[in-house]
Amino acid sequence: MIPFSSVLLVSAVLFALGLVGVLTRRSALTIFMSVELMLNAATLVFVGASRALGTMDGQLFAFFVMTVAAAEAAVGLAIVIALFRRRRTTDMDQVSLLKW
Amino acid sequence: MIDLLLGAGLVGVLFKIALVLGVIMTVVGHVVLAERKVAGWMQDRVGPNRVGPWGMLQPLADGIKFIFKEEIVPEAAHKATYVLAPILALTAALTTFAVVPFSDRLVVLGREVAPIIADLDIGILWIFAVASLGVYGIVLAGWSSNSKYALMGGLRSSAQMISYELSMTLSVVGVLMVTGSLRLADIVSHQTAGVWNVLVQPVGFLVFLTSAFAETNRLPFDLPEAEPELVAGYHTEYSSMKFLLFYMAEYAHIVLASSLMTLLFFGGWHLPFVEGMLASFSPGIAGLVHFLIFFGKVCFFMFLYIWVRWTLPRFRYDQLMRLGWKVMLPLALANVAWTAALILWGIA
Amino acid sequence: MSARELVFWADAIVAVMSAFVVVLHRNAVVCALALVMHLCAIAVFFLLLDAAFLFAVQVILYAGAIMVLFLFVVMLLDPEGRGMGIRVGRVQLGLTIVGASLLLMGMARALPSAMDPSPALPEGFGGAHSVGRLLFTDYLFPFELASILLLVAMIGAIHMGRKEVER
Repeated sequence: MIPFSSVLLVSAVLFALGLVGVLTRRSALTIFMSVELMLNAATLVFVGASRALGTMDGQLFAFFVMTVAAAEAAVGLAIVIALFRRRRTTDMDQVSLLKW
Repeated sequence: MIDLLLGAGLVGVLFKIALVLGVIMTVVGHVVLAERKVAGWMQDRVGPNRVGPWGMLQPLADGIKFIFKEEIVPEAAHKATYVLAPILALTAALTTFAVVPFSDRLVVLGREVAPIIADLDIGILWIFAVASLGVYGIVLAGWSSNSKYALMGGLRSSAQMISYELSMTLSVVGVLMVTGSLRLADIVSHQTAGVWNVLVQPVGFLVFLTSAFAETNRLPFDLPEAEPELVAGYHTEYSSMKFLLFYMAEYAHIVLASSLMTLLFFGGWHLPFVEGMLASFSPGIAGLVHFLIFFGKVCFFMFLYIWVRWTLPRFRYDQLMRLGWKVMLPLALANVAWTAALILWGIA
Repeated sequence: MSARELVFWADAIVAVMSAFVVVLHRNAVVCALALVMHLCAIAVFFLLLDAAFLFAVQVILYAGAIMVLFLFVVMLLDPEGRGMGIRVGRVQLGLTIVGASLLLMGMARALPSAMDPSPALPEGFGGAHSVGRLLFTDYLFPFELASILLLVAMIGAIHMGRKEVER
């Protein structure tokens, strides 16, 4: 029997780590990977809550989160590839044409 | 002692794992020998026959050779992933056998032993999950070797594998719809009570057969590792033990695919005329006969793999990808829709 | 501690360690591999929380398909694996870590009031049948929306990934 508070603690730590990754990394791909970390931390909370409450709704929601993550990964990586073709770099600091 | 080894506790499971792995690895070694012998006969020559009667000890000689060969590691290779890739490939290939049942009941020394390592409820999904992790072994091998041929071979091979994973999974969905359970033992019980699934799902079987050939990178789909095209594809830069791990992983995949074909489509351990005779025997003998029937069918499918390899020419890479996406996938989807319609109308 | 809790904490260590590698390591390929290990660790969490079907789907989908896609792109864009490091200076990194820790502490305040897991589970909880039944009855509309979303994503990815035609 895994207490729900343990699940919450672990996912909070993982979410915070993902957040640090998004804010500090340079390459678009590693930023993307940190976003996936955060997404999975949230999914973990859903599944933990589903187990705690004894209903299946949380797991269904986790299922949909995975679907959305797949769609997002496909489109996001296509954008990164298109960006790389244009600018020859995935460095997010150099993709700043719209900054004033 | 015997109680501990044959029981359901941790020691019993570890013993079963060791036993199953030992058997699988021996079978893999002998499939390599069988391939060379059958290839020889199909090419009007005798295969290896120097080591032991009919060359039966050839796998032993091969193993010893591999142990003594020099390990060459390319200087510019990324060491960590270079070593990790073959380990990942073989681990993924062998872990899939955890949910494969070998018989319906096993009675050893008076004790009932489950003929399966882990009887999961999600059954066949475990095999798909672990097999999709096996793709990483190939991708990493291709990338970490720091060689053009290896990178091209690795990318092509992994793209091929993930493309055919789709049609393979969908072709099995038809069988799952007819059976109503994910457990492989349930699928065989369903076939024992009715007809073999190959008669109920012929299109599904054909798609599965083709996809299994493509998944295991065997001819006619072995362009990623064909000699004239890409030297040796993703395992170009590997030598000695690491190469042996890749080699064994490929043949372990062949054994797994043959086992899956037997269990999913050909009734597993069931032979119609034998069932009546077995009812009069003790459960222990019946379980053993069932295992032998299962093993015989798996051997037939492995022979089919070898037969096709030395008969058909190779597909070009774009032809291969077109077949996977434009023919196999729509066929598998149509099969699922058609099976759903049949179940709705109460026919299947 | 029961066996399940022991495995839970071991898995939590694996998940946090691989998350650290993803966030800190320079080489993008190593980060991607660490993310694969992290996703498998999350899948084991699902298994421990009685979500067997989700465990299989997580490994097949996320670790086995999405991450292969990631790995392809990373290998094509950075073949030698030189990688890029951190974007911000030391002060900003320190402030980010402090901010994340504050967020963590804020989330940790919810811990004492967390509910206890219900002891009794319905039959077939977390199995394919339960998920499938709900998916096609209560959650039919999100299911159809998700399939349209995937179609749109597929078309978008194919269009954006195409090479520009030389004029």
